Amino acid sequence: MRKKVIFRGVALPYLLLAPQLVITAIFFFWPAGMAIWQSTLRQDAFGLRTEFVALENFLDLFSDPLYLNAAWNTVLFSSAVAALALGAALFLAVQADKHIRGAGLYKTMLIWPYAVAPALAAVLWLFIFHPSIGLVGRGFAAIGIDWDYRLNGGQAMTMVIVAAAWKQVSYNFIFFLAGLQSIPTSVLEAAAIDGARPMRRFWTVVFPLLSPTAFFLLVVNLVYAFFDTFGIIHALTRGGPGNATETLIYKVYVDGVQNLNLGSSAAQSVILMVIVIALTAVQFRFIERRVHY
Amino acid sequence: MSGAAPDVEALAAASRRRKARERFLTHLALILGVAVFALPIWITLMGSTHDTDTIGRGDVPLLPGTEALNNYARAWAEGGGGRNTFAVPASTMLFNSLVMALLITVGKITISLLSAFAVVFFAFPFRMAFFWMIFITLMLPVEVRIIPTFQVMTDLGLIDTMTGLTLPLIASATATLLFRQFFLTIPDEYVEAAKVDGAGPLRFFKDVVLPLSATNISALFVILFIYGWNQYLWPLLMVSSRDLETVIVGLTKMIGNGDTQNQWNLIMTTAVFALLPPVAVVVLMQRWFIKGLTETEK
Repeated sequence: MRKKVIFRGVALPYLLLAPQLVITAIFFFWPAGMAIWQSTLRQDAFGLRTEFVALENFLDLFSDPLYLNAAWNTVLFSSAVAALALGAALFLAVQADKHIRGAGLYKTMLIWPYAVAPALAAVLWLFIFHPSIGLVGRGFAAIGIDWDYRLNGGQAMTMVIVAAAWKQVSYNFIFFLAGLQSIPTSVLEAAAIDGARPMRRFWTVVFPLLSPTAFFLLVVNLVYAFFDTFGIIHALTRGGPGNATETLIYKVYVDGVQNLNLGSSAAQSVILMVIVIALTAVQFRFIERRVHY
Repeated sequence: MSGAAPDVEALAAASRRRKARERFLTHLALILGVAVFALPIWITLMGSTHDTDTIGRGDVPLLPGTEALNNYARAWAEGGGGRNTFAVPASTMLFNSLVMALLITVGKITISLLSAFAVVFFAFPFRMAFFWMIFITLMLPVEVRIIPTFQVMTDLGLIDTMTGLTLPLIASATATLLFRQFFLTIPDEYVEAAKVDGAGPLRFFKDVVLPLSATNISALFVILFIYGWNQYLWPLLMVSSRDLETVIVGLTKMIGNGDTQNQWNLIMTTAVFALLPPVAVVVLMQRWFIKGLTETEK
């Protein structure tokens, strides 16, 4: 689709585009290109000599147990976050969609966490799960659970998952509620007249109609868990204890910023770029269809 | 017929009871949901009204204390945190966050409006190539190109400056896409009429396109303000001086390793400060917020 009537201009359209293009060129394309180039180089320990090693950085990564550990953590973390955040949001949206008093107030009270930064969500949960100052953390100790997320990897992972999912529920809730509200009441009434019980009505009528929204949200949630949760991990666990909560994004940061391992960090960046491109492609292919729905 | 009447009534009563039970369960579920969301905030709010020792002892306060004014005044003017961390006043951090969020928001909206206008209302060589170039930036978030971007910033001397903190973040594929979609719905007749009246493209932009875009701009403003305020990785990399500390990063620095001896009351007070502006924006501008969210994701 494009306009039939347009303005004539030789320099003007380029001038209008210039700010955006200059910024994308300097701060997006140039660094991305450098990442690809650096991923084929290796520096010696003193940063004196640099040699071309082709794909060796990548091969090293795939045989590095720490990298595979980070990849596995990312899979575990992302699927748990997506499942929790989607499940809770769908449940709450179905409840809020019913005709009840105070629906508007409930809605407001459920969407505000969207405004909370991931790192801040982590801090809020830290106040609760901290072993010596947190309500739940001390509660665990009182009933005999040896709770310290700073020492126990499984507990640390649980905490970052809870904080990350908690923050994402409101986003999913808004989209599920919008999806539910767009289902025509006539469809639901027809099912009710046919004698379908509420649970059956939900799984056979409502859920299939919501599945495009659910799939779209699944992709968005995975992108969120992959790329936007750096702050949560940094604020809560710094990837530890050990490497128990180190995800792929966190490892790029650690290897690049702290360990100054440029070649490996660049190779990790390139792998992440491939993942983003794949997820974005899925999202856009799919959204074409969502619009028609 | 008369024998059937009680049955009907009994059925109706049973149905009323079932409805009432369902309503009760719905409210219960929602209240539980709201409570799970509100609990961390409540704990934080209450903590911000007690003294350091109360929290440090582990007596988690569930009711307000008496230190609220003292805590808020201290956090605002002096800051606090751990024993080994430098205190930065919350007022400084909030000011920096506000400037950063506003610059990112206004910057993103401005350059996206301009580029979408160029792409939609002009024909020129490489139009679509440029459009795709902007689109592809969606796939290159900062997180995946940390080190090289940092090197570029160092080369340009932008480390530890507000420009460095905001400029690289104001390119926006989503905002450009949104405005492009919207501009395509502006009827051709408007452009024709403007041409007949002798109005040039810039005049048309100012008098027709901008006023028509007001709703979209407000919706985007809410979303982008939150995006800007909540930045974490970028300020963490860019800022090392205390004068430029932003509140979200500053807050996690106050916590450090989560030492029990931290001034938790001041940390919680600062968390409340950090939380208020974006939450207020979402709650007060809820309508724009939902519109912005559902439209930018298309």
